[in-house]
Amino acid sequence: MNSAQMLLAAPEFWLLVMACVVMVVDLFLGEQRRGIIHMLAMLTLIFAGMITLRGDYLADGVQSVTAFNDSFIRDRLGDVLKVTSFVILGLVFTYSKLYLRNFKMFRADFYTLSLFALLGVMLLISANSLLMIYLGLELISLSVYALVAFDRNSGRGSESAMKYFVLGSMASGMLLYGMSMIYGATGSLVLTDIAEAIRTQGSGDILLIFGLVFVVVGIAFKFGVVPFHMWIPDVYEGAPAAVTLFISSVPKLAAFAMAYRFLSSGLGDLHIHWQGMLSFLALFSIVLGNLAAIMQTNIKRMLAYSTISHMGFVLLGLLPGTAYGFGASMYYVIVYAVMSVASFGMIILLSSRGVEAERLEDFKGLNQRNPFYAVIMVLVMFSMAGAPPMVGFWAKLMVIKAVMDADMMWLAIIAVIFAVVGAFYYLRVIWYMYFEEPENEAIVTAPVDFNAALTVNGMMIIGLGIFSSSLIALCMTSF
Amino acid sequence: MLTLAHFLTLGAILFSLSVAGIFINRKNIIVLLMCIELMLLGVNMNFVAFSRFLGNLDGQIFVFFILTVAAAEAAIGLAILVVVFRNRKTINVAELDKLKG
Repeated sequence: MNSAQMLLAAPEFWLLVMACVVMVVDLFLGEQRRGIIHMLAMLTLIFAGMITLRGDYLADGVQSVTAFNDSFIRDRLGDVLKVTSFVILGLVFTYSKLYLRNFKMFRADFYTLSLFALLGVMLLISANSLLMIYLGLELISLSVYALVAFDRNSGRGSESAMKYFVLGSMASGMLLYGMSMIYGATGSLVLTDIAEAIRTQGSGDILLIFGLVFVVVGIAFKFGVVPFHMWIPDVYEGAPAAVTLFISSVPKLAAFAMAYRFLSSGLGDLHIHWQGMLSFLALFSIVLGNLAAIMQTNIKRMLAYSTISHMGFVLLGLLPGTAYGFGASMYYVIVYAVMSVASFGMIILLSSRGVEAERLEDFKGLNQRNPFYAVIMVLVMFSMAGAPPMVGFWAKLMVIKAVMDADMMWLAIIAVIFAVVGAFYYLRVIWYMYFEEPENEAIVTAPVDFNAALTVNGMMIIGLGIFSSSLIALCMTSF
Repeated sequence: MLTLAHFLTLGAILFSLSVAGIFINRKNIIVLLMCIELMLLGVNMNFVAFSRFLGNLDGQIFVFFILTVAAAEAAIGLAILVVVFRNRKTINVAELDKLKG
């Protein structure tokens, strides 16, 4: 290990140090000065972004650099995803502050655990060996289990944490079992060496196929696609809204990176095998996610099922196994994170002291209570439904084009039909906001930083939709 | 003479026992935690066996990491268990049904 290698992982080291600093500084702060923790966490993210963007390792047209015996890889894809997760986590922190203050849960644990989970996300994004993938995944999972049980006095919260813990541990056990098979078949833990070994010895090895099945199960669980979706609705409903906000956004970026690294960099030659499995996972998630979401009356559960269908769309992009497909998938997952943060931000906004606004009826008459917030919610819902010119439209268009490239016309048709079915429950929220009488006449207000973040978030949804080419180009050139 | 297949079979048996335990068990969360540990041990058996027969040390290094993470995981699992018990006064799996899923 030399200093040049350490420098490659500088953002990770910075985040590790700062997560520890936040944890220690909190010991010396009283209840009144907790705001300092928030500032510190935001500064951490800003500096981490600046360190990542320096990117001077990419001299003379090198695509990627590896470090630490090839377990760590630094490339454009990783940098784009990392910077995106910093931006998203910045929004998450700003929204959560309001929630945590309202619910008397403004403790530093939330920030420490989120920062450690972010470190896990970064490691997973930059992973180039099975060991690194496992460690990154566990760092995210363990932090998130604790976050779900963050409201220690909530029966629902602790129950959903327990369910998530058991299912999550089982999924990582499956993933590990698959990893051991792949290790046994190829004799290496480094993804590029695994790819090399598969190329020389052929992809017919039964051990390898066996391992692939377990690995796909692990990845599917991380995405939360059918039939490994059982935890999503319960965790979304049971966890405090601030935590749901986090779970629904940043870890999804890591799940995409993990799927890409594993399936393309490592097991690219097994493409025909995993394409079949993923197409069924994607099909069932899109169908079941959209149908189940229609029946929900709890908006957190509705968004949970909508997440399942969105993740199905992300998988669609992975199917062809081409650079275009991966780019489309990456674009979708980034867009999804932006939309999801905005939608849960709205739930936090409407949650008054001690009561979460988790019923759909809580959105009734929002236009009369505050027209500005209603407009933001309309943008989010239209974008999730995939209506032009919002950003969600381009995302859906691109993944469906990718599926057609893979000669799976039937899947593309089903995806389009169920995207239209899905529009129903998004439009229902808009109907409630504009055409129903409010149950509670109180004007909705929020602090300045919350409004600023929500405005930026809304601008991202419509702005990235109208001027979509820059982000699309960024995603396409990452592969 | 013990061959690789013997060790893999043992790993597979441990793994299937734990999966069966997770799905069949309806009584107690602590048993679920034990099953999860057993699952990781089954995986460890696989890794060590492959490492020995491939003559490659990477697998054994991986096992150290799995053991460490398993310890952390057990700590978090037990902590959540304590929270569940404080809120619900039960650790019976069948009674954890406030959420629909």
